[in-house]
Amino acid sequence: MATAAELDAPTDPLAAFRSEARDWLAANLPKALAHKDGGLSALEGPHDPTPDEAAWTKAMGDKGWGVPTWPAAYGGGGLSRAEARVLQEEMARIGAWNPIGGMGVMMFGPTLLEYGTEDQKQEHIPRIARNEVRWCQGYSEPGAGSDLASLQMFAEDKGDHYLVNGQKTWTSGGQWADKCFALVRTDKTKKHEGISFLLIDMTSPGVEVKPIRLISGSSPFCETFFTDVKVPKDNLVGREGEGWTIGKRLLQHERSSLSGGGGSAGRMLAGKPLSQVAKEYRGTDAEGRLSDADLRMRLIRHEMDTRAFMLTLRRAALEAKSNSGPSAATSIMKNVGARIIQDRAELGVEIMGMAGLGWEGEGFSEAELAQTRTWLWGKAVSIYGGSSEIQNNIVAKRILGMLDHQ
Amino acid sequence: MAVLTEEQTMLRDMAREWADNESPVAAFRRLRDAAPAAGYDAAAWGEIGQMGWGGIVVPEAHGGSGMGYLSLGMVVEQLGRNLAATPLGAIGPAASAVVLGESEEAKADWLPRIAAGDVVATLAVDEGPIHGGAIATTVTDGRLTGTKAFVAESDSAAAFVVAAEDGLYLVTGDEGVTRSPRRMADARSHAEVRFEHSPAIRLGGPELTAKVVDYATALVTAEMLGLAEQAFGVTNDYLKTRVQFGQPLSTFQALQHRMAKMLTELELMRSVVEGALEAIDANRSDRDQAVSLAKAVAGDTLKLVSREMIQLHGGIGMTDEHDAGFYLKRAAVLEAMWGNAAYHRERFARLNGY
Repeated sequence: MATAAELDAPTDPLAAFRSEARDWLAANLPKALAHKDGGLSALEGPHDPTPDEAAWTKAMGDKGWGVPTWPAAYGGGGLSRAEARVLQEEMARIGAWNPIGGMGVMMFGPTLLEYGTEDQKQEHIPRIARNEVRWCQGYSEPGAGSDLASLQMFAEDKGDHYLVNGQKTWTSGGQWADKCFALVRTDKTKKHEGISFLLIDMTSPGVEVKPIRLISGSSPFCETFFTDVKVPKDNLVGREGEGWTIGKRLLQHERSSLSGGGGSAGRMLAGKPLSQVAKEYRGTDAEGRLSDADLRMRLIRHEMDTRAFMLTLRRAALEAKSNSGPSAATSIMKNVGARIIQDRAELGVEIMGMAGLGWEGEGFSEAELAQTRTWLWGKAVSIYGGSSEIQNNIVAKRILGMLDHQ
Repeated sequence: MAVLTEEQTMLRDMAREWADNESPVAAFRRLRDAAPAAGYDAAAWGEIGQMGWGGIVVPEAHGGSGMGYLSLGMVVEQLGRNLAATPLGAIGPAASAVVLGESEEAKADWLPRIAAGDVVATLAVDEGPIHGGAIATTVTDGRLTGTKAFVAESDSAAAFVVAAEDGLYLVTGDEGVTRSPRRMADARSHAEVRFEHSPAIRLGGPELTAKVVDYATALVTAEMLGLAEQAFGVTNDYLKTRVQFGQPLSTFQALQHRMAKMLTELELMRSVVEGALEAIDANRSDRDQAVSLAKAVAGDTLKLVSREMIQLHGGIGMTDEHDAGFYLKRAAVLEAMWGNAAYHRERFARLNGY
């Protein structure tokens, strides 16, 4: 069988890049890390990197290939989309994973590249590209959830700096973050136009972080309190009052990164095909079919939904080649992704019966304990990043042209 | 929309333009009222023949363009948007049966005429009202005997591709053939067809039957996609014009969310329909799964959209004067044709180890 490289050669202009990428990856990926994604989980928090992980992170960071399509001038890989695809293929081929990630890569970086000043880009982008700075998102407040634009955290103009007072909540990874990109109010007389986009150092005096314990027992989110926090004026992104526009753009990046979830988890449960797990717990009938006919059909509906979603992600990716960024259709995909993640978790718990509801300790397998937590955590998916109801509002307004009720 | 070649894009745009200009829903309404014996619009079919759409899946060597099922599906989708009453959807899989079949004589005799739109060919498989039942039709000494139920476009068909116990046969001419029309809610051509010692040419075994039934099913999902998109679009337009409580209905959030949900399902439907057509063109081994996925999702989605079309139009949607009923009735026939959503979920379940 011909390898991908042979198929590319010699007329394919990407063949040279493929060969370069292959050599570089072979030389730099520590052998022990292949196929062992140590990706720093946003949910469980960072762990101290092993020497291998540190070396791999540094190599990828120096090369800029953790953010392959970002401009090389800011520490990115400077690759074309086609080259980035080749890099991804070559990484997948040898089980190399991307050690550079988090909110800086998914949301803040792309937004700053679009709206930041030259100085801001020079200061922040290369450090995201090298995984040196961990960012968190300061958007929601106790009184501003779905109605995000009603946020109250105030940044008072003090001449050479802003004095920030207020509270953020659902700050993902706030307890581990170095910096926060926040939406703040700079004008109390206007709703949307009174919002600005401000970068806040989490080590500043007056910043206090309290993890929130969720129904799943984990604490991936925090309440973050800001009391008389001084923020330099240079940390304003865009103009005063432009925060809502910039913040919404960032949310589009967030949705598009979140919508992949339902597909990427595939159709596996506890590392096995769903059908196999179901048969192990529930048994089969004389014809070898899953014995619970009702559960069987609901599993099939879920399988089909997942398959249709993956085909749609693929189609959207092909169609988006001509567009510059995520479209409003992302809202559709976010809702379907959430539905699939939640359905799979509910089905998993149902398949396992009482064993799928274990909390901790003896008498449960690791997969069973994980299933309980996955199921509970999954309830967040249709709430964060704009609830499913908010996504439906967006679809109705932006895609279907349905106007607001007066 | 799948990523299309320039040729495919031109074909799709041409089909859309033709359907909008020459075959609006008003044309279907006239046909329904006139109820011609053939069950389709002869003048429109003549134009389609001229444009060569009858030969989209017929190889160039036999007078077609050999563009394949994604191409034919896009045309069928565009015609489906306006409920264009043509036998195009029935002809494709019947032609494929001859193309893939073992009779060179049948290819030479029939493919050029099918491609030119001179004759109508159709599949005759089921023997009862539910797809997937036993097939009792037999062939002895080149003569076929059996009764086929709900054969689409059979009022005008000159060639039948007939499933027998041991495979697929081509029956042409009228010898031993009796058609009994079955007037159905969609006002299209369906009939029971009885074959008694009709001369039959063998095309292939049961695996060929399974293959062309998948082809026919995939094309039906393309028509369903056209219906669903148009039913949805018409409903969205209506909600913006109908005023109650001093506001267009489209400003009510309860309705906005129902529309957003339908659009979501339509996006998934398009993906699976195109996926099935592409699986056929690529001759992929998981064609059966791709087709069952498409028919099940298309069935559920068209059911949702066509029923909501009536409900969201309110009283006007219940009147014969409005087109909503046409969409509902054709939708229900297409949902049942070649197996409903439940049938295809069961098939998909078996193919996936459940």
